[in-house]
Amino acid sequence: MINAVGLRKVYRLKDREVLALDGVDLHVRQGEIYGVVGQSGAGKSTLLRCVNLLERPTAGTVAVDGEDLTSLSGARLRAARRGIGMVHQHFALLSSRTVAANVAFPLEIAGVGRAERRRRVGELLELVGLQEKARAYPAQLSGGQKQRVGIARALASSPKVLLSDEATSALDPATTESILELLRDLNRELGLTILLITHEMDVIKRICDSAAIMEQGVFRESGKVLDLLATPGSLLARSLFPLPPADAPGVVTITYPRQFDEPLMSELTRRFDVDVNVLGGAVETVSGQSVGRLNVGIQGANRAAALAYLKDKGLLVEESTR
Amino acid sequence: MSWIHELAERWPDMWPVLWLGTLDTLYMVLWATLFTVLFGLPLGVLLVMTDRGGLTPAPAVKAVLGAIVNIGRSLPFIVLMVAVLSLTRFLTGTTLGPTAAIVPLSIGAIPFFARLVETALREVDRGVIEASHAMGARRLTIVAKVLLPEALPGLIAGLVMTIVALISYSAMAGAIGGGGLGDIAIRYGYQRFDDYYLWATVVFLVIVVQLIQSLGDVLVRRMSHR
Repeated sequence: MINAVGLRKVYRLKDREVLALDGVDLHVRQGEIYGVVGQSGAGKSTLLRCVNLLERPTAGTVAVDGEDLTSLSGARLRAARRGIGMVHQHFALLSSRTVAANVAFPLEIAGVGRAERRRRVGELLELVGLQEKARAYPAQLSGGQKQRVGIARALASSPKVLLSDEATSALDPATTESILELLRDLNRELGLTILLITHEMDVIKRICDSAAIMEQGVFRESGKVLDLLATPGSLLARSLFPLPPADAPGVVTITYPRQFDEPLMSELTRRFDVDVNVLGGAVETVSGQSVGRLNVGIQGANRAAALAYLKDKGLLVEESTR
Repeated sequence: MSWIHELAERWPDMWPVLWLGTLDTLYMVLWATLFTVLFGLPLGVLLVMTDRGGLTPAPAVKAVLGAIVNIGRSLPFIVLMVAVLSLTRFLTGTTLGPTAAIVPLSIGAIPFFARLVETALREVDRGVIEASHAMGARRLTIVAKVLLPEALPGLIAGLVMTIVALISYSAMAGAIGGGGLGDIAIRYGYQRFDDYYLWATVVFLVIVVQLIQSLGDVLVRRMSHR
């Protein structure tokens, strides 16, 4: 749905150049939620703005829904942008307009008639659960409500793709939860493809099908979240499940890329006569699957066989490097 | 308290003079306000649009406009009034009277108002402008439907400041026969040492300014939804 190839963005300042994107390839499939995570300054925001050409990449191409945006300008680029919704960290609502008029704004831009606008705004406000706030002004709303208006507005022109620029970063945890749920629902019910950027690992964990870790203008890692978790040495796995450092001898890190109902640890002890000592661990629901990581000390004569058994079961076993 | 008796005695003579002066002031100021908005508003919008990082960056245009505005702002009004006399004659056919005064008043207030417009428009959240671009809005649409409506409270506050400044300028217009309350204060109050006229015009001016400011404040409050 979104295909960006070889994206580079260089900002020229007075005395130096800043490389914001250094060759990024981004492929977002139809109907998935793709999260780009990274610290501020990593280039996430520039990447997102390159997708709808708010920033023109210095090199590389961006295609959305098969249309090469980088070759467009003027009226055709504006028309293409109407097919891409965007939600903003600080909501970016017009303070002079009511909630309903804010949601109607993209429809006005697209030249939709008054009656049709009114009908559509009603639908959208119902979709985000804010019908009763139609006549309120943004200043009278809570942060979560403002972001719901932002989402309704982004959906007004029935886009196939939604870009989310840190949509939950200005919200408290409970509100974040409800906004993420809303995005997940929209993704499922409307088949909406969502590209989001965030600095919160939690967002990746909760709603993303695919993810990329961004650092200094490049993707360090990208792919389906569950695949990444099953990859040895995965940065994403380490970031999603931060474990305390374990430098005791014989410690391994075990990743469960899917749910296991078997009592594996006690089986190890019985079968291989090894001592199993769980030093740290975390289990989380990721992409709807229960996934976990454990730091386990395993000692005994049959240690190698025990580890081979775990690998055989489909677990990812990594010898502790530290 | 003998001055009250004297004022009461003289009031029938003073009233028509003061009333006509008030009307002259309002006449000059309201027409000048109209022209100021007509030219100053687009000028202020252009100053913001041509700025680096504006909707249509054009540093050269911005530099020229900025220089024109600064020249207009740096001339003392009384000097500007004399400097534009030939233009005034060309436009109104005379250099005397309230109608002639509208020309220098407008020219003096346009750059003043343009700067206030610029400041008000700069206050508009950049995120909202970016969001409008992301929605596929044209630049003119952004000016008409985002920049101006979002800045409306600030624009009205700036307009009120401009009107009050125009009232103050209009007193100087008296010096070239512009008429109005300021003129009365100078001719009757200062040149004839008539304190009754002097203080009466002061009271009238205060009332006019006060009314306009209050009206403006009410409007700003009603428009502001922040």
